Amino acid sequence: MTAVAISGVTKVFNPGRPDEVLALSDVDLTVADGEFVSLIGPSGCGKSTLLRLIADLIAPTTGTVTVAGTTAAQARRDQAYGIAFQQAGLFEWRTVRRNVELPLELRGAGRAERRAKAEEMLELVGLSEFAGHYPGQLSGGMQQRVAIARALAVQPPLLLMDEPFGALDEMTRERLQAELLAVCAATGTSTVFVTHSISEAVFLSDRVVVMSARPGRITAAIDVKLPSRDEAGRQAPAYFDKITEVRKALRG
Amino acid sequence: MRRFLAVLAGLLTGAAAWEGYKAVGNPDGTVLFGVRVLPRADDLSMPHLWTIAERLGAPELTGGRPVWRVVVDACLFTLGITTAGFVAGALIGLALAVAMQRFRVVERGLLPYVIISQTVPLVALAPLIAGWGGVLMPPWATVAVIAAYLAFFPVAVGMLRGLQSPSAAGVELMRSYAAGWWRTLVTLRLPAALPYLFPALRLAGAAAVVGAVVGEISTGTRGGIGRLLIEYAREATSDPAKVYTAMLGAALLGLLVAGAVSLLELPLMRHRRHVEVATL
Repeated sequence: MTAVAISGVTKVFNPGRPDEVLALSDVDLTVADGEFVSLIGPSGCGKSTLLRLIADLIAPTTGTVTVAGTTAAQARRDQAYGIAFQQAGLFEWRTVRRNVELPLELRGAGRAERRAKAEEMLELVGLSEFAGHYPGQLSGGMQQRVAIARALAVQPPLLLMDEPFGALDEMTRERLQAELLAVCAATGTSTVFVTHSISEAVFLSDRVVVMSARPGRITAAIDVKLPSRDEAGRQAPAYFDKITEVRKALRG
Repeated sequence: MRRFLAVLAGLLTGAAAWEGYKAVGNPDGTVLFGVRVLPRADDLSMPHLWTIAERLGAPELTGGRPVWRVVVDACLFTLGITTAGFVAGALIGLALAVAMQRFRVVERGLLPYVIISQTVPLVALAPLIAGWGGVLMPPWATVAVIAAYLAFFPVAVGMLRGLQSPSAAGVELMRSYAAGWWRTLVTLRLPAALPYLFPALRLAGAAAVVGAVVGEISTGTRGGIGRLLIEYAREATSDPAKVYTAMLGAALLGLLVAGAVSLLELPLMRHRRHVEVATL
């Protein structure tokens, strides 16, 4: 089964108005189960729009989006995916634990189950001892880890991430990348990851999808097979070759 | 402790300024080019603070209750009206804000009238509402209506801003959880609006006090501090300290209401960022 299947999708914002924008033109994309796919491209190429289409936060103008074998709208209602944005977007009036519990709460999970799950997820991102803290007491990187724990809390088969590490410094970013890979490997989650960092896309992904702007479309899909995804992987010649390949594809 | 000292220092400074001006100011006031720029400093216009304190302890009329009892009773009466007006106004403001947040068309249609409502002079409105007294409701309730009329406004405007304050990411997150409007309101918008609600409630509290005092005067309702102010002001020529006791009462009433509203937010506002709210 495929995690995400997008075929013939076009998205027009403000149709019929003077500020009409063709954000996506005739996009086809398939994400296999357990696959890690990055979307990369210049700003305005519609990579975030594509992610929002998969999440059913917006509807396509034409074409179909299938998530986990059903329509995107049904998948959203089933909470078949977890999502994380560039801003952690934690609710500042809830403790870290209660933030992670939020999606479970909205699913109607019981108190004990919510708590156990939240503890487990916080363990996964290494923030167990901060469960009782409020978001305002945490650093940006820690907040982002809480947001990832929240996205993972319902153990979704699909993880959607929109530049989740974009606002972080390089060192925090690399640590969180490693943590994310470990989590995805442990849970077998499929991931669609939007980024504007070439090295990040290459390091994380099984496949890097390169997009171009005006109109937004997919121009290349580059398979990445690193010998390992760790510090050694970051030094491997294959890593630098793929970075060069993606860079060339981006230049078009 | 520091705060207590600061409050004490503030009070002492005020008292020193009052007595100091009395000591050096011209008893007939300072007049420049036919305009009085500084007030009269004589005992009739500015009685000594200790005279006012003495007056508080003395009977209101010969053989009657002491003035402080009368003032406290009047304040309690007005406090009741203020509370009723404040609660009603806050609830109406909340309901309007939620309706305006829910329906764009309601916001567009209603918000201008909400703002216009506050430009109607209270003295023009009061006699109209006073007419309901004894017919639709007891007379004191008409004063509460006037207090509510002033109090609902900051709550409606502040709360609307608060309900609209969550970021697009927060709203999208709730949508990704398949949460409907009601769940989003309860889980996201209402908690996010609290930092906007409390400053609005403080403004509403002050407005309710003003509304109650002015409402009592313009509807002629007896028993409250507003009425007492007018009655004592009539005696100002013969008993100048008396009117200041009523003013003191009105000021304390305002502080009491402001303090009570501040207490409301204490348990809820920890770990929150504070926002500045300007309603107009």
